[in-house]
Amino acid sequence: MFPSFLEKLLGKSDTSAKSVAKDRLRLVLMHDRADIPAPMMEEMRKELLTVLSKYVEIDEAALEVSLDRADDTVALMANIPIRRVRPEKVEAPAVEAEAGAAAK
Amino acid sequence: MSTAKVIVITSGKGGVGKTTTTANLGMALASMGEKVALLDADIGLRNLDLVLGLENRIVYDIVDVVEGRCKLRQAVIKDKRMQNLGLLPAAQTRDKSAVTPEQMIQLVADLQEEGYTFILIDCPAGIEQGFKNATAGANQAIVVTNPEVSSVRDADRIVGLLEAQDIQDPLLIVNRLRPKMVKNNEMLGVEDVQEVLGNSVKLLGIVPDDESIITSTNKGEPASLTEGSKAGQAYRNIARRLRGEEVPFMNLEEETSFLGKLKKFFVAG
Repeated sequence: MFPSFLEKLLGKSDTSAKSVAKDRLRLVLMHDRADIPAPMMEEMRKELLTVLSKYVEIDEAALEVSLDRADDTVALMANIPIRRVRPEKVEAPAVEAEAGAAAK
Repeated sequence: MSTAKVIVITSGKGGVGKTTTTANLGMALASMGEKVALLDADIGLRNLDLVLGLENRIVYDIVDVVEGRCKLRQAVIKDKRMQNLGLLPAAQTRDKSAVTPEQMIQLVADLQEEGYTFILIDCPAGIEQGFKNATAGANQAIVVTNPEVSSVRDADRIVGLLEAQDIQDPLLIVNRLRPKMVKNNEMLGVEDVQEVLGNSVKLLGIVPDDESIITSTNKGEPASLTEGSKAGQAYRNIARRLRGEEVPFMNLEEETSFLGKLKKFFVAG
């Protein structure tokens, strides 16, 4: 206990090979674990679109969903360009209907 | 009907001690009266036979059984030192695609029919076909790791993949621990490894880095047969735990000999 107290006092505690290894591992595992498979990401994107389309009209082609990895966090980033806010909430899953219409 | 434990020994990363662990646990379990089958699933890179000292007794291999060139019983090598230990060797001249997961499931079922109580499957390194084959027939997994960043990272990945293969609650062996380095904050300790991996794995055993593993592998005599070997003792403890016994973890900290202590005292002074 005493040596570790001394180490803390001298500010050496987190430069040991052991704690450096532990910190690096924690970080890399956090990133590894947050890796979302492409099909799941696509499904998530579609569902997000369905929900948001109830309230706003979205530029579907420009919608971007991705994982962003900063130094010590992993975040889900969504870039959602809005064409306009719907005057009233639309109940039906408007996305498929619109996409279908566009295809015609 | 059958109550055999079918355990795959895996790690993701190569060279962490899967084959050594399989050989030593097999020997230890057999010495405790279990009927043990060791299955080398590392097709194309056969090694379990060598570690066990059975390399000169191979006639048929796993692919011969699967492709119907011999009966299962003809391919399983009985260890002369340990009558109730059998080895089903891997094929050396084929590759991972020579066996399918369905065939592995069948093999394991047939081994259970033969009355084996423990079936240990030595998994190849990697996460591709060989891993899928080796895990297909298993109902439990042991993940071997070293207290070192890359093997712990791979262990974490393997735990996730095991879940995807429907093998829950994997057991962890921390292999090649150097107590002195841990004490000097130079190496990850068992607690560190556990903390990083989280509670998805349960600690099964700690095996110290031990030169006797090298000499015993050279001779083809697993260290768990040797009384004086610390690693051998660790493997015997793990085998007892696998049989359901409560065995406390070895104290690896202490300096054992009086001479060692004296030497340390003078060097320190």
